[in-house]
Amino acid sequence: MDPNVLLNWARGPGFEIALAIFVLGMLLRLLEILSLGKKPDLSAPRGSGPQGGMRTVVSRTFPRSAVLKKEPLRVINGYILHIGFFVVLFLYEPHIEFFKSSFGLSWPGLPSGMVDAISAITILSLIGALIIRLNNKVMRFLTTPGDYVAWVITLLPVLTGYLAFNHLLLPYTLMLAIHLLSVELLLVVAPFSKLTHMFSFALARWYQGYQAGRRGVES
Amino acid sequence: MSAPTIEKGIQSIKAQIDAPIGSFFSACVHCGLCAEACLFYTETEDPRYTPINKVEPMRRIWEQEYTLVGKLKKLLGLSKPVDEKTFSDWETLVYDGCSLCGRCSLVCPVGNDISGMIRKVREGFAAAGHAPEGLIGATQRAVEIGSPMGVKLPAVKAQIGHLKEDTGLDAPLDVQGAEYMVLLSSMEIMNFPEYMEAIARIMKQAGKTWTISSKAFEATNSGIQIGVSDLAKVLVERVVDAAEELGVKTVISPECGHAFTAIRWEGANLIGRPYKFEVKHILEVLDDFTQQGLIKTEGMEEAKLTYHDPCQIARKGGVVQQPRNLLNMIATNFVEMEDPGVMNWCCSGGGGVSANERADELKLTAFKRKKSQLDALGVDTLVTACANCRLTLEEGLEEYEMDMPVVGLTEMLAEHLVTDKEEPSQ
Repeated sequence: MDPNVLLNWARGPGFEIALAIFVLGMLLRLLEILSLGKKPDLSAPRGSGPQGGMRTVVSRTFPRSAVLKKEPLRVINGYILHIGFFVVLFLYEPHIEFFKSSFGLSWPGLPSGMVDAISAITILSLIGALIIRLNNKVMRFLTTPGDYVAWVITLLPVLTGYLAFNHLLLPYTLMLAIHLLSVELLLVVAPFSKLTHMFSFALARWYQGYQAGRRGVES
Repeated sequence: MSAPTIEKGIQSIKAQIDAPIGSFFSACVHCGLCAEACLFYTETEDPRYTPINKVEPMRRIWEQEYTLVGKLKKLLGLSKPVDEKTFSDWETLVYDGCSLCGRCSLVCPVGNDISGMIRKVREGFAAAGHAPEGLIGATQRAVEIGSPMGVKLPAVKAQIGHLKEDTGLDAPLDVQGAEYMVLLSSMEIMNFPEYMEAIARIMKQAGKTWTISSKAFEATNSGIQIGVSDLAKVLVERVVDAAEELGVKTVISPECGHAFTAIRWEGANLIGRPYKFEVKHILEVLDDFTQQGLIKTEGMEEAKLTYHDPCQIARKGGVVQQPRNLLNMIATNFVEMEDPGVMNWCCSGGGGVSANERADELKLTAFKRKKSQLDALGVDTLVTACANCRLTLEEGLEEYEMDMPVVGLTEMLAEHLVTDKEEPSQ
């Protein structure tokens, strides 16, 4: 197959289909959660639920010192992985161009050399996450096939993007097409994997924080 | 708890699943950090005690019943069932290996209230007939006799009699319109009678009217610990009815952790309406009294002492600063453990663990966490504000041959009250 045809499909209809599945899938997951409902709390409040909810959505981004001290590697690697992924996704100029052409929004990016370095760090961090997972008794115990699926579909876009940018392994056009397809794979699978945490984390923090806020306890 | 079945257990778990629980399971990334916060894991290093694993039966039911992917997996026979074996495999994790301390909920990066989920999954285990004997017995006694330890009104009256004889102080029963209604825990009636004396002294000095209800003197609520909401409701109703009949302004929860959670946070939801009175923990009341200048203390404890935060009072109850204010009034050498306040480690006996004989060995293993905290400090006295913590700490200290008195903060404070010269010397 002509790589250009593949690239055009991936850029056009392929992306549109994947994005639709992603959006509808995530909305379905959101609906699955919200439709479960929640009984009102009748206990006398000591503080504000909404304030507590908003506070925890932000505060839980930072680890408690007891956890950081005990598991520094796992915590710090988690930061590198998440920040790296977002920088590469949102601050690479060609990505911003793509968002602009797709959604009409744009913002300033970082120099491509810097993004290249950050994507290398992100790949290493993802590999590190797998090594940590395989070497930790609790994580090994908790790990399901879904964890490996999520790992692979997260790694592929970063890895193929890195390879395409550096003209490695495959001809550029083909690698770029594969890169886009890997992004589409991520979009399609994410709503049905643990990657739903990309939005459900905010709900989870909100619910715990809301209760804590009402009760006037830390969260 | 009539004729429990697996089907009832599953139905009961389904009834507990709400939007917060759906969001928690959807957000978990299997990072395993909750294990590091759990003393049952850190002291055993058995990954089965990872907090999120304790609610795995609930996760399966949630996935299979409330998610599209889970329903498909179930159709294709790809999902793990929840059956008799699941309940028996998880029973000890849910009851013996969790004190509902809530430390895991505070470290979860995505914000899952794991301990709240364990509290809820217990409803299903009780309904399926997979609750520990000790807790079933305690709950039955609480409903039938009026207290989990089988304490009856004559025992309370006898204690009031002793109080009058020894000190001339009164603990008035059933006073209509009193400002405060004081609840006791069985352990305070049976093991720590100093508590009632302390309350009598404090109320006298503060010049407040108070009473104990002959219908509802017991604060502990084993229905909450075992996870049987309808029994928990019966126990809460007793207190609410008594308090509203007497027309008291405030009900004081005693030095008992889960009693506070039961009456302060869960009670109104169990009976389905807000109360007509306030609920405060005794430490909140004592702090109010000192802030208002109603009670004054004299003399200082010289011994090096530390304070053990009961989980339900500090982490889950928000009473963190008050005990520190009070201790600083009466102690010159008060030192903090590592991770004090909201991040304190559990004594290992909360959430019904201490009432569950089967869990004794595990509890003593988990106690090593508290032991190492205390070893690092080298204190002479351990102060706390929960009768259950106190008993668990005493047992643990004895087991590991650590010689250290464990004192209730209310009593310690009462010892330092400025003596009223006009007090009749009966």
